[in-house]
Amino acid sequence: MSTALVMFLIFIAITVGITYWASKRSAGSSAYFAASRRVTGWQNGIAVAGDYMSAASFLGIAGIIAFQGYDGFMFSVGWLVAYLTVLLVVAEPLRNAGRYTMADVLAYRLKPRPVRAMASISTLTVSTFYMIAQMVGAGALVTLLLKDSGISYHTAVIGVGILMIGYVVFGGMLATTWVQIVKAILLMGGTILLSILVLAHFHFSLGDFFNAIGHVTYHEKGQEIVKDFLQPGLRYKPPYGALELISLGLALIFGTAGLPHILVRFYTVPDAKTARQSVVWAMVLIGSFYIMTTFLGFGAATIVGRDFIATHGGTNMSAPLLAQALAGNIFFAFISAIAFATILAVVAGLTISASTSFAHDLWTNVIHRGVERKPGEEVLVARVSAFVVGAVAITIAILLGPTANVAFLVALAFAVAASANLPVIVLSIFWRRFNTTGAVAGLAVGLLASIGLILVGPSLMAVDPPTVTGTARHLIQAKAWFPLENPGILSIPLGFLAAILGTLLSHEPSSEHKFNELLVRCNTGLGAERSGSQ
Amino acid sequence: MSESARRYEADKTEWDRIAETREFKDLLAIKKTFIIPAFLFFIVYYFLLPILVGYAPEFMSTKVIGVVNLAYLFALSQFFMAWTVAWLYVKAANNFDRLAKDIIKEAESHVQKGQEIQ
Repeated sequence: MSTALVMFLIFIAITVGITYWASKRSAGSSAYFAASRRVTGWQNGIAVAGDYMSAASFLGIAGIIAFQGYDGFMFSVGWLVAYLTVLLVVAEPLRNAGRYTMADVLAYRLKPRPVRAMASISTLTVSTFYMIAQMVGAGALVTLLLKDSGISYHTAVIGVGILMIGYVVFGGMLATTWVQIVKAILLMGGTILLSILVLAHFHFSLGDFFNAIGHVTYHEKGQEIVKDFLQPGLRYKPPYGALELISLGLALIFGTAGLPHILVRFYTVPDAKTARQSVVWAMVLIGSFYIMTTFLGFGAATIVGRDFIATHGGTNMSAPLLAQALAGNIFFAFISAIAFATILAVVAGLTISASTSFAHDLWTNVIHRGVERKPGEEVLVARVSAFVVGAVAITIAILLGPTANVAFLVALAFAVAASANLPVIVLSIFWRRFNTTGAVAGLAVGLLASIGLILVGPSLMAVDPPTVTGTARHLIQAKAWFPLENPGILSIPLGFLAAILGTLLSHEPSSEHKFNELLVRCNTGLGAERSGSQ
Repeated sequence: MSESARRYEADKTEWDRIAETREFKDLLAIKKTFIIPAFLFFIVYYFLLPILVGYAPEFMSTKVIGVVNLAYLFALSQFFMAWTVAWLYVKAANNFDRLAKDIIKEAESHVQKGQEIQ
């Protein structure tokens, strides 16, 4: 049995233990959906970081920087700065006025059924797409990392799926929180260690390290190329590179504050002040992590080299290969296990936010008009839907296969969050005149515009050479109609515009009627949900 | 479970009354004077990065220390900008919390008084 597999199994054992412990403390809605709102500020901060930093950021960013240098670092910057929107605009009002989902805040003064139904559709879309991207990534990764153990893509996807369903169905939000905390600590530990080893390789001289980045050597079409990897423009080139960068920035800055799996985390703390503290904790961790992607990415570019990574599993293997080059197989196994933990913690967060939205928004509040017919029904429905969501994600990930091009699904999740969720959350908190028609129009247009523009964009529309086969081929074999991979620059204004126009074209006195109540609740925390005692 | 041991409840006229109090209006005003400038500042500071990197890559490639260029230093400064804004916000928010606490206290005693009269 390989060392990597042993480390995977140790992590699984720890998380199963956490789930067993949490399962005895997850009776009742507030306990199951919000960990009884007793998670402390620093705990929630670490959990937010664990919920947020996906395989895309750990393996993906290291890979993009290793191959395309500075441009990859632009993701790192956006992923942290985005938390200022969370901190200044959404975290505290959401905690003050909501219970379990982002739709709670919208439903306060708008007509609950249409608003919740649309918000839930948007949440389920974001969560499932993001989850499928993670699952395909997980499957491909586990097969690569554990290739000596003979674990197939299917086994890996099913394994990851069963674990994430298990955490959520049995352990609810409490188990999810602690799985995320353990993962975040491992990820930070691994990244710090890797960074120190990179520096040690350069005899702890930042000057030597940056000099090496200034002269990265690799081969392309048989030719040796020497490039300054700190120079912008290796990924984002004219004519659309600049617009793509701005569009990406918009999606990150406004999307993070609309990601349902991040927003639900703020319901797990006792009050808005703790929610604020947890964002700050998260920012310390997330920021430190993304600064260290300098060492991970550029370290892989200079120490391992593009040529070697390209022939040993491709961009996503940059960080594990760097670990192997610096400290051998044990460290490779350790970093691989962290990558695995990273994926599991994120998919668990996505599963619980999707199932909470289905149970709380669609089942209880839309279908049964806000009445829980039997005590415990909402939690039961959430458990069943966690199982269904997980099964659907497993099936789709298996159908797509390991070579499927799924990176666009992450861009899609951020685009929907920024174009549909964020405009409606912001307008409902800050604009007295805002109403149900505006909310439904904003959610629908933001969602459809994001999906539509990605569908006709270069991620799905392109002409492939015949050597590219199967699911790796682009869906539509034609020149893209929309030139950008990130639709944010167009879809975000469309989402806002639809929400504003929908509002102005209709009249709904009842929504203005209750605005004062929402305003007072959001800004003072008067009447906010309290933490439960066990 | 003592989850809603003393849940605050009030009707519309009471919420409207609180919204009209001087204390609440002060709270909103003081929050706005911090949050709006802070938000605008970080948006401008952040979007300068993709705009400059996208439209003036040569300028941003200007080397400052060794091979370290403007683009990297400006990107790095974003992390410290974000941390600083967050730190300033937390400091300012302590003041918001104090004001909010007074409003909650007043509102809760107001509702209790109302119940005693009934």
